[in-house]
Amino acid sequence: MIYSLVGYYSLVLGLIVGLTLFYFSFKNFNNATILNSKILSFTFLQFFFVVISFLCLIFSFVVSDFSNETVFNNSHTTKPLFYKISGTWGNHEGSLLLWLLVLTFFIFIFLLKTKNQPTKYKILTLVFQQVIIIGFFIFLIKTSNPFNYLFPIPVEGLGLNPILQDPALAIHPPILYLGYVGSSIIFSSVLSATALKMISISWATHIKKWILTSWIFLTLGILLGSIWAYYELGWGGFWFWDPVENVSLMPWLALTTLLHCIMVLEKKNILSSWTIILSIATFTLSMCGTFLVRSGILNSVHTFANDPERGVFILIFLFILIFLSLFIFFFFHKDNEKNSNQFFWLSKETSILINNWFMMYFLSVVLIGTVYPIFLDVISSEKISVGPPFYHKLIMPFLIPFLLMMAIGPKLKWIKSDFENKFYLICLLLISIFLAYFILKSFNQKILINTILISSALYLFFITIRDFFVKKYKNLSQNISHFGFSLLILSILFNNLFSSEVITNLKLGETFENSKVNIYFESIDSKKSKNYDSIIANFIIRNSNGEEDKLSPELRIYNQPVIATSEADIKTSLISDKFIVVNLVQNQDYFNVRYQVKPLMMWIWISVILISFGGLISLIKKNHEK
Amino acid sequence: MYGRKVKLRFLFVVIIFSTLILTTLLILKSLEENVVYFQSPTDIKLLNELEKNKIRVGGMVKKNSISINAKELNFIITDQKNEINVTYSGAVPNLFAEGKGVVAEGFLKDRNFFSATKILAKHDENYMPPEVKEALGEK
Repeated sequence: MIYSLVGYYSLVLGLIVGLTLFYFSFKNFNNATILNSKILSFTFLQFFFVVISFLCLIFSFVVSDFSNETVFNNSHTTKPLFYKISGTWGNHEGSLLLWLLVLTFFIFIFLLKTKNQPTKYKILTLVFQQVIIIGFFIFLIKTSNPFNYLFPIPVEGLGLNPILQDPALAIHPPILYLGYVGSSIIFSSVLSATALKMISISWATHIKKWILTSWIFLTLGILLGSIWAYYELGWGGFWFWDPVENVSLMPWLALTTLLHCIMVLEKKNILSSWTIILSIATFTLSMCGTFLVRSGILNSVHTFANDPERGVFILIFLFILIFLSLFIFFFFHKDNEKNSNQFFWLSKETSILINNWFMMYFLSVVLIGTVYPIFLDVISSEKISVGPPFYHKLIMPFLIPFLLMMAIGPKLKWIKSDFENKFYLICLLLISIFLAYFILKSFNQKILINTILISSALYLFFITIRDFFVKKYKNLSQNISHFGFSLLILSILFNNLFSSEVITNLKLGETFENSKVNIYFESIDSKKSKNYDSIIANFIIRNSNGEEDKLSPELRIYNQPVIATSEADIKTSLISDKFIVVNLVQNQDYFNVRYQVKPLMMWIWISVILISFGGLISLIKKNHEK
Repeated sequence: MYGRKVKLRFLFVVIIFSTLILTTLLILKSLEENVVYFQSPTDIKLLNELEKNKIRVGGMVKKNSISINAKELNFIITDQKNEINVTYSGAVPNLFAEGKGVVAEGFLKDRNFFSATKILAKHDENYMPPEVKEALGEK
């Protein structure tokens, strides 16, 4: 009870500090001393209040204080401590508090770390960031207060949805939010740099660190969500083109494009309009993501029951921010005419620009696929859904030039390049095409587009590998990320082409058999845990080579709330994953069994880690150079 | 005559616009082909022509209607007004049970038989897909 009280009032205090800060910074715009003395300490104070509030919510969860409505709705006394804590941000109210925490944290670090920039710029960035922060404070306090009081105090809570009780999903939201909210700092500082007309090479170097940071977190956050979906949802895939996944992919695409733009800006002082628009887009898409996921508008397999009223607030807030930023862009930004029309057709910046257009195309495909069903529902109340074939068809063909460009682009020089000493490029291309052709032929796959796609991914793969040896440490970060990307595409393609699946219904003691695999349902164990009972089914699986595996998928029946979940049993190796999941159909003695062999699953995860590792190296290098 | 620079710029604008139009057309066409419509059992009864494309059917799993054998699963989806028989061979989500909401994706064989290729999972026992809620609410 006391926690809720303290938590609530420190939120209110945080809001007051926010308003004060807003007023102060406006009034003393040119005063450098005010920044160092008052503003910094006030920013820290605001961060401190939000931390207090967040800790209070965590404590309320830990001690199971059911007088707090959020705790009552999402926790239970028998839940393990780890999930009591992670339950703090596993719900709408708590996750917004986490947003706010990261928002205030980032602006504090920003003011602390930014030393060589003008005071005006820092203060203006703070003003924009405070607009966002104040908006979130009001949203939190008015529509989704995490400290609502319940009376009479319930004896027991409703519990956390069991599929969320999982280590990967416990850390997935904080990591993803660091990426999402990190884009808010980029948004604010880009706006203030535009308004002060100080977009330049040195500014690009400064903001690049922030872009890299949020890009790394966003990449890892998406990865965690994907791993979770793979083993917990039991569909045996890692990406479903589900709206909730799409809304995290869209900011990622925008941020990746932005990252490439800022490198061009840093080197050649061009593409400043791209940078501004993309920064606005990234943050807006992140906000949209929160809005779409939390408002219940999305018709998604991920949807958790939600309150549509909250959506209206975020929507209005979003419109204000977009309007404000576009206003600043059109009124203050004058593109530097001298620099803008100097693109030679064969140069590094042209290749980056081309791939930026491709990424914008991918982004619009995902955007349309995600938003169109909502749009159609509103205007004609027709219910539709857009499936994976839509995305595959529209994205796959364009991946080919995209990959080729990714391979060749870094080989070109800035400003103007030629084809001298580029003979090895053609050799590697021919090798890749032959290799792809022979691999697919030996497995009896004859689809042309796959051959071309695999060739181009292999091409990127070989070129980046060659660079590890030839160039050693030059452009290491970019090379690692591009290498990771080629590995990702290759693993996804081979995974799709060579996965096999058996779905059958089996009774205890029965055997399923086909030409490739023999599945024997050996026995059933049962086990009792603190907050769930489980049925463990033991299978012996023999493949055509005579290899034998014992796999034991589990079926858990949680007691609070009463929900059954399937825990897949996965045998992972570097070559392939064996994945089995069972389900019990009501009142029947048949088990619904799904067995899959998924090649190169491990490499999908490894390649995404490599991609973000490239970003990390670039970030560390930046700090060293200083 | 126009200068070379103006011509080049004109060409550039034309290329940009034609690419944009082409992209939009491509996306829209692909949308049309890959969209899956949602229908309730009542909607299906009222269809003039049998839908050949993939659709989604939603409603409640009728009490005591599930039967299962090694190959397939049979059940009835009802919206309290009309019902439809569903055959399915594939993986079943955790929250699939009699008396609960369900969404099945697949093809219509005729007005009374539906051959499902996928049954969609929900995450929460209290959560009902908005379409199913609406389909049931129309009674």
